[in-house]
Amino acid sequence: MNLLVAPFTDNEFMRLALVASVLVALTCAVAGTWVVLRGLAFVGDALAHGVLPGIATALLLGISGLVGAAAGAIVMMAGVGLVTRRLRLAGDTAIGLLFVTMLALGVAITSRSESFTGDLTRILFGELLGATEGKIGVQAVALAAVSATAVVCRRPFLMLSVDEGLARSAGFSARLFGALTLAMVAVSVVTGFQTVGTMLVLGMLVAPPATGALFARRAGSMTAIAAACGAVSCWLGLLVSYHLDIAAGASIVLVATGIFTIAAMAKEVARAGRHDDELPHAHGTVHLP
Amino acid sequence: MSTTGTIAASRLAVGHGHHAVVRGIDLDIPAGGLLVLIGTNGSGKSTLLKTLAGLLPPLDGDVTVLGQAPGDDPRRTAYLPQHPVSSHTLPLRAADVVAMGRYARRGLLRPLRQEDRDAVTIAMRRTGAEETADRAVRDLSGGQQQRTHLAQLLAWGADVLLLDEPTAGLDLNGRATVARIIDEERARGATVVLATHELADAEHATTVVLLAQRVVSCGPPSEALRDEHLRECYGFTQPH
Repeated sequence: MNLLVAPFTDNEFMRLALVASVLVALTCAVAGTWVVLRGLAFVGDALAHGVLPGIATALLLGISGLVGAAAGAIVMMAGVGLVTRRLRLAGDTAIGLLFVTMLALGVAITSRSESFTGDLTRILFGELLGATEGKIGVQAVALAAVSATAVVCRRPFLMLSVDEGLARSAGFSARLFGALTLAMVAVSVVTGFQTVGTMLVLGMLVAPPATGALFARRAGSMTAIAAACGAVSCWLGLLVSYHLDIAAGASIVLVATGIFTIAAMAKEVARAGRHDDELPHAHGTVHLP
Repeated sequence: MSTTGTIAASRLAVGHGHHAVVRGIDLDIPAGGLLVLIGTNGSGKSTLLKTLAGLLPPLDGDVTVLGQAPGDDPRRTAYLPQHPVSSHTLPLRAADVVAMGRYARRGLLRPLRQEDRDAVTIAMRRTGAEETADRAVRDLSGGQQQRTHLAQLLAWGADVLLLDEPTAGLDLNGRATVARIIDEERARGATVVLATHELADAEHATTVVLLAQRVVSCGPPSEALRDEHLRECYGFTQPH
Protein backbone atom coordinates (compact mmCIF):
# COMPACT_ATOMS: atom_id res chain seq x y z
CA MET A 1 0.00 0.00 0.00
CA ASN A 2 2.90 2.28 0.86
CA LEU A 3 4.23 1.84 -2.68
CA LEU A 4 1.00 3.26 -4.06
CA VAL A 5 0.65 6.30 -1.81
CA ALA A 6 4.03 7.19 -0.29
CA PRO A 7 5.54 8.73 -3.47
CA PHE A 8 2.77 11.35 -3.34
CA THR A 9 2.74 11.96 0.42
CA ASP A 10 6.55 12.20 0.59
CA ASN A 11 7.21 14.38 -2.45
CA GLU A 12 5.76 17.80 -3.26
CA PHE A 13 6.72 17.47 -6.97
CA MET A 14 4.77 14.20 -7.25
CA ARG A 15 1.67 15.77 -5.71
CA LEU A 16 1.87 18.69 -8.14
CA ALA A 17 2.47 16.29 -11.04
CA LEU A 18 -0.58 14.26 -10.04
CA VAL A 19 -2.86 17.30 -9.83
CA ALA A 20 -1.55 18.72 -13.13
CA SER A 21 -1.83 15.44 -15.01
CA VAL A 22 -5.33 14.69 -13.66
CA LEU A 23 -6.47 18.14 -14.82
CA VAL A 24 -5.04 17.36 -18.29
CA ALA A 25 -6.76 13.97 -18.22
CA LEU A 26 -10.15 15.52 -17.30
CA THR A 27 -9.84 18.20 -20.00
CA CYS A 28 -8.87 15.57 -22.56
CA ALA A 29 -11.75 13.31 -21.41
CA VAL A 30 -14.28 16.05 -22.19
CA ALA A 31 -12.77 17.15 -25.52
CA GLY A 32 -11.74 13.60 -26.46
CA THR A 33 -15.32 12.33 -26.17
CA TRP A 34 -16.18 14.45 -29.20
CA VAL A 35 -12.90 13.59 -30.94
CA VAL A 36 -13.86 9.91 -30.77
CA LEU A 37 -17.59 10.40 -31.48
CA ARG A 38 -16.83 12.48 -34.57
CA GLY A 39 -13.81 10.45 -35.73
CA LEU A 40 -11.41 13.39 -35.40
CA ALA A 41 -8.38 11.57 -33.97
CA PHE A 42 -6.24 12.48 -36.98
CA VAL A 43 -7.25 16.15 -36.67
CA GLY A 44 -6.27 15.94 -32.99
CA ASP A 45 -2.91 14.46 -34.01
CA ALA A 46 -2.40 17.23 -36.56
CA LEU A 47 -3.26 19.89 -33.99
CA ALA A 48 -0.93 18.30 -31.45
CA HIS A 49 1.96 18.59 -33.93
CA GLY A 50 0.73 21.81 -35.51
CA VAL A 51 1.51 23.75 -32.35
CA LEU A 52 5.19 22.75 -32.53
CA PRO A 53 6.43 25.68 -34.70
CA GLY A 54 4.57 28.15 -32.47
CA ILE A 55 6.14 26.77 -29.31
CA ALA A 56 9.59 26.57 -30.91
CA THR A 57 9.37 30.18 -32.11
CA ALA A 58 8.21 31.31 -28.67
CA LEU A 59 11.15 29.53 -27.02
CA LEU A 60 13.60 31.14 -29.45
CA LEU A 61 12.09 34.58 -28.79
CA GLY A 62 12.04 33.98 -25.05
CA ILE A 63 8.26 34.37 -24.65
CA SER A 64 5.73 31.99 -23.09
CA GLY A 65 5.41 28.63 -24.85
CA LEU A 66 1.68 28.81 -24.11
CA VAL A 67 1.34 31.89 -26.33
CA GLY A 68 3.32 30.18 -29.10
CA ALA A 69 1.22 27.04 -28.82
CA ALA A 70 -2.00 29.07 -29.04
CA ALA A 71 -0.70 30.85 -32.16
CA GLY A 72 0.33 27.51 -33.70
CA ALA A 73 -3.09 26.02 -32.96
CA ILE A 74 -4.91 28.97 -34.55
CA VAL A 75 -2.75 28.71 -37.71
CA MET A 76 -3.32 24.95 -37.85
CA MET A 77 -7.11 25.21 -37.34
CA ALA A 78 -7.38 27.93 -39.99
CA GLY A 79 -5.21 25.88 -42.34
CA VAL A 80 -7.26 22.71 -41.88
CA GLY A 81 -10.48 24.66 -42.49
CA LEU A 82 -9.11 26.45 -45.56
CA VAL A 83 -7.48 23.44 -47.23
CA THR A 84 -10.46 21.11 -46.72
CA ARG A 85 -12.91 23.73 -48.03
CA ARG A 86 -10.91 25.09 -50.97
CA LEU A 87 -9.04 22.08 -52.33
CA ARG A 88 -10.72 19.01 -53.72
CA LEU A 89 -8.71 16.70 -51.51
CA ALA A 90 -9.91 14.12 -49.01
CA GLY A 91 -9.92 15.62 -45.50
CA ASP A 92 -7.19 13.32 -44.20
CA THR A 93 -4.89 14.13 -47.15
CA ALA A 94 -5.23 17.88 -46.55
CA ILE A 95 -4.70 17.45 -42.81
CA GLY A 96 -1.74 15.12 -43.40
CA LEU A 97 -0.02 17.71 -45.62
CA LEU A 98 -0.44 20.45 -43.03
CA PHE A 99 0.58 18.11 -40.25
CA VAL A 100 3.97 17.14 -41.77
CA THR A 101 4.60 20.73 -42.86
CA MET A 102 4.06 22.07 -39.35
CA LEU A 103 6.04 19.23 -37.76
CA ALA A 104 8.99 19.81 -40.10
CA LEU A 105 8.77 23.56 -39.54
CA GLY A 106 8.79 23.02 -35.79
CA VAL A 107 11.87 20.79 -35.94
CA ALA A 108 13.59 23.27 -38.33
CA ILE A 109 12.95 26.20 -35.97
CA THR A 110 13.96 24.21 -32.90
CA SER A 111 17.22 23.18 -34.61
CA ARG A 112 18.26 26.86 -34.52
CA SER A 113 18.23 26.62 -30.74
CA GLU A 114 21.48 25.86 -28.94
CA SER A 115 19.72 23.37 -26.69
CA PHE A 116 17.95 21.66 -29.64
CA THR A 117 17.55 18.16 -28.22
CA GLY A 118 16.46 19.33 -24.77
CA ASP A 119 13.92 21.82 -26.16
CA LEU A 120 12.44 19.31 -28.60
CA THR A 121 12.14 16.62 -25.93
CA ARG A 122 10.50 19.10 -23.56
CA ILE A 123 7.95 20.15 -26.21
CA LEU A 124 7.17 16.63 -27.40
CA PHE A 125 7.11 14.84 -24.05
CA GLY A 126 6.42 17.57 -21.51
CA GLU A 127 7.83 18.33 -18.10
CA LEU A 128 5.34 16.67 -15.84
CA LEU A 129 7.66 16.47 -12.87
CA GLY A 130 8.29 20.19 -13.20
CA ALA A 131 4.59 21.10 -12.75
CA THR A 132 4.02 24.40 -10.95
CA GLU A 133 0.98 25.95 -9.29
CA GLY A 134 0.87 28.47 -12.16
CA LYS A 135 0.60 25.72 -14.77
CA ILE A 136 -2.03 23.97 -12.65
CA GLY A 137 -4.07 27.20 -12.53
CA VAL A 138 -3.96 27.53 -16.33
CA GLN A 139 -4.98 23.88 -16.68
CA ALA A 140 -7.92 24.37 -14.29
CA VAL A 141 -9.17 27.33 -16.33
CA ALA A 142 -8.84 25.23 -19.52
CA LEU A 143 -10.85 22.42 -17.92
CA ALA A 144 -13.62 24.84 -16.93
CA ALA A 145 -13.75 26.40 -20.42
CA VAL A 146 -13.78 23.07 -22.27
CA SER A 147 -16.42 21.61 -19.91
CA ALA A 148 -18.68 24.68 -20.27
CA THR A 149 -18.41 24.49 -24.07
CA ALA A 150 -19.24 20.77 -24.08
CA VAL A 151 -22.31 21.28 -21.87
CA VAL A 152 -23.69 24.25 -23.84
CA CYS A 153 -23.02 22.71 -27.27
CA ARG A 154 -24.02 19.13 -26.45
CA ARG A 155 -26.98 19.01 -28.84
CA PRO A 156 -25.26 20.28 -31.99
CA PHE A 157 -22.19 18.17 -31.15
CA LEU A 158 -24.40 15.07 -30.87
CA MET A 159 -26.11 15.81 -34.18
CA LEU A 160 -22.78 16.47 -35.92
CA SER A 161 -21.60 13.07 -34.73
CA VAL A 162 -24.52 11.50 -36.63
CA ASP A 163 -24.57 13.64 -39.78
CA GLU A 164 -23.53 17.20 -40.62
CA GLY A 165 -26.61 17.74 -42.80
CA LEU A 166 -28.83 16.61 -39.92
CA ALA A 167 -27.30 19.20 -37.58
CA ARG A 168 -27.68 21.95 -40.17
CA SER A 169 -31.28 21.01 -40.93
CA ALA A 170 -32.04 21.46 -37.20
CA GLY A 171 -30.70 25.02 -37.42
CA PHE A 172 -27.22 24.43 -35.95
CA SER A 173 -24.27 25.87 -37.89
CA ALA A 174 -21.92 23.01 -38.80
CA ARG A 175 -19.10 25.49 -39.36
CA LEU A 176 -19.52 27.18 -35.95
CA PHE A 177 -19.94 24.03 -33.90
CA GLY A 178 -17.29 22.18 -35.92
CA ALA A 179 -14.89 25.04 -35.14
CA LEU A 180 -15.85 24.90 -31.45
CA THR A 181 -15.06 21.16 -31.40
CA LEU A 182 -11.62 21.90 -32.86
CA ALA A 183 -11.20 24.77 -30.39
CA MET A 184 -11.81 22.37 -27.49
CA VAL A 185 -9.16 20.04 -28.90
CA ALA A 186 -6.79 22.97 -29.43
CA VAL A 187 -7.26 24.20 -25.83
CA SER A 188 -6.56 20.68 -24.55
CA VAL A 189 -3.42 20.44 -26.66
CA VAL A 190 -2.16 23.95 -25.93
CA THR A 191 -2.58 23.69 -22.17
CA GLY A 192 -1.66 20.01 -21.97
CA PHE A 193 1.66 20.19 -23.83
CA GLN A 194 3.45 21.71 -20.83
CA THR A 195 2.43 18.75 -18.70
CA VAL A 196 2.51 15.65 -20.89
CA GLY A 197 3.91 17.13 -24.12
CA THR A 198 2.37 17.57 -27.56
CA MET A 199 3.01 13.98 -28.62
CA LEU A 200 1.44 12.40 -25.58
CA VAL A 201 -1.53 14.73 -25.10
CA LEU A 202 -3.01 13.00 -28.15
CA GLY A 203 -2.88 9.72 -26.24
CA MET A 204 -4.93 11.27 -23.45
CA LEU A 205 -7.37 12.72 -26.01
CA VAL A 206 -8.00 9.35 -27.63
CA ALA A 207 -7.26 6.39 -25.32
CA PRO A 208 -9.54 7.15 -22.30
CA PRO A 209 -12.52 8.29 -24.46
CA ALA A 210 -12.04 5.23 -26.68
CA THR A 211 -12.27 3.09 -23.54
CA GLY A 212 -15.47 4.97 -22.67
CA ALA A 213 -16.85 4.33 -26.15
CA LEU A 214 -16.48 0.58 -25.59
CA PHE A 215 -19.02 0.59 -22.77
CA ALA A 216 -21.03 3.82 -22.88
CA ARG A 217 -24.29 4.41 -24.68
CA ARG A 218 -24.41 8.14 -23.91
CA ALA A 219 -21.92 10.94 -24.41
CA GLY A 220 -22.10 11.87 -20.71
CA SER A 221 -21.28 8.37 -19.48
CA MET A 222 -18.54 8.13 -22.11
CA THR A 223 -16.93 11.27 -20.67
CA ALA A 224 -17.32 9.94 -17.11
CA ILE A 225 -15.61 6.63 -17.98
CA ALA A 226 -12.90 8.53 -19.88
CA ALA A 227 -12.34 10.84 -16.90
CA ALA A 228 -12.04 7.89 -14.50
CA CYS A 229 -9.68 5.99 -16.83
CA GLY A 230 -7.62 9.14 -17.41
CA ALA A 231 -7.29 9.89 -13.70
CA VAL A 232 -6.34 6.29 -12.87
CA SER A 233 -3.80 6.35 -15.74
CA CYS A 234 -2.19 9.47 -14.24
CA TRP A 235 -1.92 7.93 -10.78
CA LEU A 236 -0.60 4.54 -11.98
CA GLY A 237 1.59 6.14 -14.66
CA LEU A 238 3.28 8.42 -12.13
CA LEU A 239 3.86 5.48 -9.80
CA VAL A 240 5.45 3.47 -12.64
CA SER A 241 7.56 6.48 -13.53
CA TYR A 242 8.64 6.98 -9.91
CA HIS A 243 9.50 3.36 -9.14
CA LEU A 244 11.00 2.34 -12.51
CA ASP A 245 12.56 5.70 -13.44
CA ILE A 246 10.64 5.96 -16.75
CA ALA A 247 9.53 9.25 -18.40
CA ALA A 248 6.32 10.30 -16.60
CA GLY A 249 4.25 11.43 -19.62
CA ALA A 250 5.04 8.27 -21.56
CA SER A 251 4.20 6.09 -18.53
CA ILE A 252 0.79 7.73 -18.17
CA VAL A 253 -0.10 7.27 -21.84
CA LEU A 254 1.13 3.65 -21.82
CA VAL A 255 -1.11 2.93 -18.83
CA ALA A 256 -4.05 4.64 -20.61
CA THR A 257 -3.59 2.60 -23.79
CA GLY A 258 -3.04 -0.51 -21.64
CA ILE A 259 -6.38 0.06 -19.89
CA PHE A 260 -8.03 0.39 -23.31
CA THR A 261 -6.45 -2.86 -24.54
CA ILE A 262 -7.54 -4.81 -21.44
CA ALA A 263 -11.05 -3.31 -21.58
CA ALA A 264 -11.41 -4.12 -25.30
CA MET A 265 -10.29 -7.71 -24.72
CA ALA A 266 -12.67 -8.08 -21.74
CA LYS A 267 -15.54 -6.77 -23.85
CA GLU A 268 -14.76 -9.18 -26.69
CA VAL A 269 -14.66 -12.11 -24.25
CA ALA A 270 -17.99 -11.00 -22.72
CA ARG A 271 -19.52 -10.60 -26.19
CA ALA A 272 -18.35 -14.04 -27.28
CA GLY A 273 -19.94 -15.54 -24.14
CA ARG A 274 -23.19 -13.67 -24.76
CA HIS A 275 -23.36 -14.80 -28.39
CA ASP A 276 -22.98 -18.41 -27.27
CA ASP A 277 -25.97 -17.92 -24.94
CA GLU A 278 -28.14 -15.96 -27.35
CA LEU A 279 -27.38 -17.52 -30.71
CA PRO A 280 -30.81 -19.08 -31.33
CA HIS A 281 -32.49 -15.69 -30.70
CA ALA A 282 -29.84 -13.37 -32.14
CA HIS A 283 -31.81 -12.56 -35.28
CA GLY A 284 -35.35 -11.51 -35.92
CA THR A 285 -35.81 -9.58 -32.68
CA VAL A 286 -37.52 -6.73 -34.53
CA HIS A 287 -40.90 -7.50 -35.98
CA LEU A 288 -42.78 -4.96 -37.97
CA PRO A 289 -46.54 -4.74 -37.73
CA MET B 1 -43.81 33.13 -59.29
CA SER B 2 -46.61 31.10 -57.76
CA THR B 3 -46.13 30.34 -54.07
CA THR B 4 -49.48 28.68 -53.46
CA GLY B 5 -47.98 25.25 -52.75
CA THR B 6 -46.22 24.09 -49.59
CA ILE B 7 -43.26 23.62 -51.88
CA ALA B 8 -43.04 26.00 -54.81
CA ALA B 9 -40.22 26.43 -57.31
CA SER B 10 -39.85 28.31 -60.53
CA ARG B 11 -36.92 27.93 -62.96
CA LEU B 12 -34.94 26.56 -60.02
CA ALA B 13 -31.32 25.54 -60.61
CA VAL B 14 -29.61 23.36 -58.00
CA GLY B 15 -25.98 22.32 -57.66
CA HIS B 16 -22.74 22.58 -55.72
CA GLY B 17 -20.63 25.72 -55.61
CA HIS B 18 -21.10 27.40 -58.98
CA HIS B 19 -21.78 24.12 -60.81
CA ALA B 20 -25.47 23.54 -61.59
CA VAL B 21 -26.47 19.86 -61.58
CA VAL B 22 -30.09 20.44 -62.66
CA ARG B 23 -31.73 23.57 -64.10
CA GLY B 24 -35.30 24.61 -64.89
CA ILE B 25 -37.16 22.88 -62.06
CA ASP B 26 -40.79 24.03 -61.61
CA LEU B 27 -42.75 22.68 -58.63
CA ASP B 28 -46.07 23.38 -56.95
CA ILE B 29 -46.72 20.75 -54.28
CA PRO B 30 -49.77 21.21 -52.02
CA ALA B 31 -50.00 20.43 -48.30
CA GLY B 32 -50.33 16.66 -47.90
CA GLY B 33 -48.73 16.07 -51.28
CA LEU B 34 -46.03 13.55 -52.15
CA LEU B 35 -43.21 14.64 -54.44
CA VAL B 36 -41.09 11.71 -55.65
CA LEU B 37 -37.66 12.35 -57.17
CA ILE B 38 -36.43 9.49 -59.36
CA GLY B 39 -33.32 9.25 -61.48
CA THR B 40 -29.95 7.67 -62.12
CA ASN B 41 -27.03 7.97 -59.71
CA GLY B 42 -25.74 11.55 -59.77
CA SER B 43 -28.91 12.77 -61.48
CA GLY B 44 -29.51 15.53 -58.91
CA LYS B 45 -32.06 13.91 -56.57
CA SER B 46 -30.07 14.43 -53.38
CA THR B 47 -28.92 17.87 -54.54
CA LEU B 48 -32.54 19.01 -55.01
CA LEU B 49 -33.50 17.49 -51.66
CA LYS B 50 -30.63 19.28 -49.90
CA THR B 51 -31.66 22.53 -51.56
CA LEU B 52 -35.21 22.10 -50.24
CA ALA B 53 -33.73 21.39 -46.78
CA GLY B 54 -31.74 24.65 -46.96
CA LEU B 55 -28.41 22.80 -46.94
CA LEU B 56 -27.43 24.05 -50.41
CA PRO B 57 -28.29 27.52 -51.74
CA PRO B 58 -30.37 27.64 -54.95
CA LEU B 59 -28.14 28.65 -57.87
CA ASP B 60 -30.89 30.30 -59.88
CA GLY B 61 -34.66 30.79 -59.96
CA ASP B 62 -37.02 30.88 -56.97
CA VAL B 63 -37.93 28.32 -54.35
CA THR B 64 -40.01 28.45 -51.18
CA VAL B 65 -40.87 25.84 -48.55
CA LEU B 66 -43.91 26.69 -46.40
CA GLY B 67 -43.82 30.18 -47.91
CA GLN B 68 -40.26 30.83 -46.70
CA ALA B 69 -36.76 30.36 -48.01
CA PRO B 70 -35.66 26.73 -47.49
CA GLY B 71 -34.16 26.15 -44.04
CA ASP B 72 -35.67 29.32 -42.56
CA ASP B 73 -37.80 27.39 -40.04
CA PRO B 74 -35.97 24.21 -38.98
CA ARG B 75 -38.84 23.20 -36.68
CA ARG B 76 -41.18 22.68 -39.63
CA THR B 77 -38.87 20.87 -42.09
CA ALA B 78 -37.32 17.51 -41.18
CA TYR B 79 -34.53 15.93 -43.22
CA LEU B 80 -33.44 12.28 -43.32
CA PRO B 81 -29.97 12.12 -44.88
CA GLN B 82 -28.85 9.26 -47.07
CA HIS B 83 -26.88 6.68 -45.03
CA PRO B 84 -26.05 8.72 -41.90
CA VAL B 85 -22.29 8.39 -41.85
CA SER B 86 -21.33 7.29 -38.37
CA SER B 87 -24.07 4.79 -37.55
CA HIS B 88 -21.65 1.87 -37.62
CA THR B 89 -19.51 3.28 -34.81
CA LEU B 90 -21.87 5.50 -32.84
CA PRO B 91 -21.90 4.49 -29.15
CA LEU B 92 -25.22 6.24 -28.52
CA ARG B 93 -28.59 4.82 -27.46
CA ALA B 94 -31.09 4.52 -30.28
CA ALA B 95 -33.68 6.43 -28.21
CA ASP B 96 -31.24 9.33 -27.77
CA VAL B 97 -30.60 9.42 -31.52
CA VAL B 98 -34.38 9.57 -32.08
CA ALA B 99 -34.64 12.35 -29.46
CA MET B 100 -32.36 14.49 -31.65
CA GLY B 101 -35.48 14.97 -33.77
CA ARG B 102 -36.75 17.30 -31.01
CA TYR B 103 -33.64 19.50 -30.91
CA ALA B 104 -34.85 21.82 -33.69
CA ARG B 105 -37.85 22.64 -31.46
CA ARG B 106 -35.90 23.01 -28.21
CA GLY B 107 -32.77 24.68 -29.58
CA LEU B 108 -29.45 24.70 -27.77
CA LEU B 109 -30.48 24.60 -24.13
CA ARG B 110 -34.24 24.39 -23.51
CA PRO B 111 -34.86 21.06 -21.74
CA LEU B 112 -36.91 18.33 -23.38
CA ARG B 113 -40.46 18.10 -21.94
CA GLN B 114 -42.85 15.22 -21.45
CA GLU B 115 -44.39 15.93 -24.88
CA ASP B 116 -40.92 15.48 -26.43
CA ARG B 117 -40.44 12.15 -24.66
CA ASP B 118 -43.90 11.08 -25.80
CA ALA B 119 -43.10 12.06 -29.39
CA VAL B 120 -39.94 9.92 -29.26
CA THR B 121 -41.81 6.91 -27.86
CA ILE B 122 -44.60 7.16 -30.43
CA ALA B 123 -42.16 7.63 -33.32
CA MET B 124 -40.18 4.53 -32.30
CA ARG B 125 -43.39 2.53 -31.97
CA ARG B 126 -44.55 3.62 -35.43
CA THR B 127 -41.31 2.51 -37.08
CA GLY B 128 -41.09 -0.72 -35.10
CA ALA B 129 -37.91 0.50 -33.38
CA GLU B 130 -39.10 0.52 -29.77
CA GLU B 131 -37.55 -2.88 -28.96
CA THR B 132 -34.10 -1.48 -29.76
CA ALA B 133 -34.57 1.82 -27.87
CA ASP B 134 -31.94 1.04 -25.21
CA ARG B 135 -29.35 -0.46 -27.53
CA ALA B 136 -26.41 1.42 -29.01
CA VAL B 137 -26.99 2.37 -32.65
CA ARG B 138 -23.72 0.69 -33.68
CA ASP B 139 -25.00 -2.64 -32.36
CA LEU B 140 -28.10 -2.55 -34.59
CA SER B 141 -28.45 -4.10 -38.04
CA GLY B 142 -28.56 -1.79 -41.07
CA GLY B 143 -32.35 -2.07 -41.22
CA GLN B 144 -32.75 -1.33 -37.51
CA GLN B 145 -30.46 1.69 -37.85
CA GLN B 146 -32.56 2.97 -40.74
CA ARG B 147 -35.75 2.53 -38.67
CA THR B 148 -34.07 4.52 -35.86
CA HIS B 149 -33.26 7.38 -38.21
CA LEU B 150 -36.77 7.22 -39.65
CA ALA B 151 -38.19 7.49 -36.12
CA GLN B 152 -36.00 10.55 -35.57
CA LEU B 153 -37.58 12.14 -38.65
CA LEU B 154 -41.09 11.42 -37.31
CA ALA B 155 -40.24 12.73 -33.82
CA TRP B 156 -39.48 16.08 -35.48
CA GLY B 157 -43.26 16.59 -35.93
CA ALA B 158 -42.54 18.67 -39.03
CA ASP B 159 -44.87 19.89 -41.77
CA VAL B 160 -42.45 18.96 -44.54
CA LEU B 161 -40.53 15.66 -44.54
CA LEU B 162 -37.51 15.27 -46.84
CA LEU B 163 -36.35 11.66 -47.18
CA ASP B 164 -33.23 10.65 -49.09
CA GLU B 165 -33.53 6.97 -50.10
CA PRO B 166 -35.22 5.89 -46.85
CA THR B 167 -35.81 2.32 -48.06
CA ALA B 168 -32.14 1.63 -48.82
CA GLY B 169 -31.09 -1.47 -46.90
CA LEU B 170 -34.63 -2.31 -45.75
CA ASP B 171 -36.33 -5.65 -46.32
CA LEU B 172 -39.88 -5.92 -47.70
CA ASN B 173 -41.43 -5.38 -44.25
CA GLY B 174 -39.30 -2.30 -43.78
CA ARG B 175 -40.32 -0.92 -47.17
CA ALA B 176 -43.97 -1.51 -46.32
CA THR B 177 -43.44 0.37 -43.04
CA VAL B 178 -41.95 3.36 -44.88
CA ALA B 179 -44.86 3.38 -47.34
CA ARG B 180 -47.39 3.21 -44.46
CA ILE B 181 -45.64 6.03 -42.58
CA ILE B 182 -45.62 8.25 -45.66
CA ASP B 183 -49.36 7.66 -46.08
CA GLU B 184 -50.00 8.45 -42.39
CA GLU B 185 -47.92 11.62 -42.51
CA ARG B 186 -49.72 12.82 -45.62
CA ALA B 187 -53.07 12.06 -43.97
CA ARG B 188 -52.21 14.46 -41.12
CA GLY B 189 -51.36 17.14 -43.70
CA ALA B 190 -47.58 16.83 -43.93
CA THR B 191 -45.93 17.23 -47.32
CA VAL B 192 -43.42 14.52 -48.19
CA VAL B 193 -40.51 14.63 -50.63
CA LEU B 194 -38.92 11.28 -51.38
CA ALA B 195 -35.72 10.64 -53.35
CA THR B 196 -35.67 7.03 -54.49
CA HIS B 197 -34.52 4.54 -57.12
CA GLU B 198 -37.73 2.52 -56.80
CA LEU B 199 -40.38 3.24 -59.45
CA ALA B 200 -42.94 1.54 -57.19
CA ASP B 201 -42.46 4.32 -54.59
CA ALA B 202 -43.97 6.77 -57.09
CA GLU B 203 -47.31 4.97 -57.34
CA HIS B 204 -49.18 7.30 -54.95
CA ALA B 205 -47.21 10.46 -55.71
CA THR B 206 -48.82 13.82 -56.36
CA THR B 207 -45.90 14.74 -58.58
CA VAL B 208 -42.96 12.77 -59.94
CA VAL B 209 -39.79 14.44 -61.20
CA LEU B 210 -37.65 12.20 -63.39
CA LEU B 211 -34.07 13.45 -63.31
CA ALA B 212 -30.93 12.77 -65.36
CA GLN B 213 -28.89 15.91 -64.55
CA ARG B 214 -31.87 17.69 -66.12
CA VAL B 215 -35.61 17.41 -65.76
CA VAL B 216 -36.62 14.58 -68.11
CA SER B 217 -40.29 14.75 -67.07
CA CYS B 218 -42.40 16.24 -64.31
CA GLY B 219 -46.03 15.58 -63.50
CA PRO B 220 -48.37 12.92 -62.13
CA PRO B 221 -46.92 9.37 -62.19
CA SER B 222 -48.93 8.28 -65.24
CA GLU B 223 -47.43 11.15 -67.22
CA ALA B 224 -43.92 11.46 -65.79
CA LEU B 225 -43.13 7.74 -65.90
CA ARG B 226 -44.23 7.03 -69.47
CA ASP B 227 -42.03 4.60 -71.37
CA GLU B 228 -40.41 7.24 -73.58
CA HIS B 229 -39.35 9.24 -70.51
CA LEU B 230 -37.93 6.15 -68.78
CA ARG B 231 -36.08 5.19 -71.95
CA GLU B 232 -34.68 8.71 -72.20
CA CYS B 233 -33.60 8.59 -68.56
CA TYR B 234 -32.28 5.03 -68.21
CA GLY B 235 -31.90 3.83 -71.79
CA PHE B 236 -34.57 1.14 -71.29
CA THR B 237 -38.08 0.80 -69.89
CA GLN B 238 -39.36 -1.15 -66.93
CA PRO B 239 -40.79 -4.62 -67.60
CA HIS B 240 -44.60 -4.64 -67.59
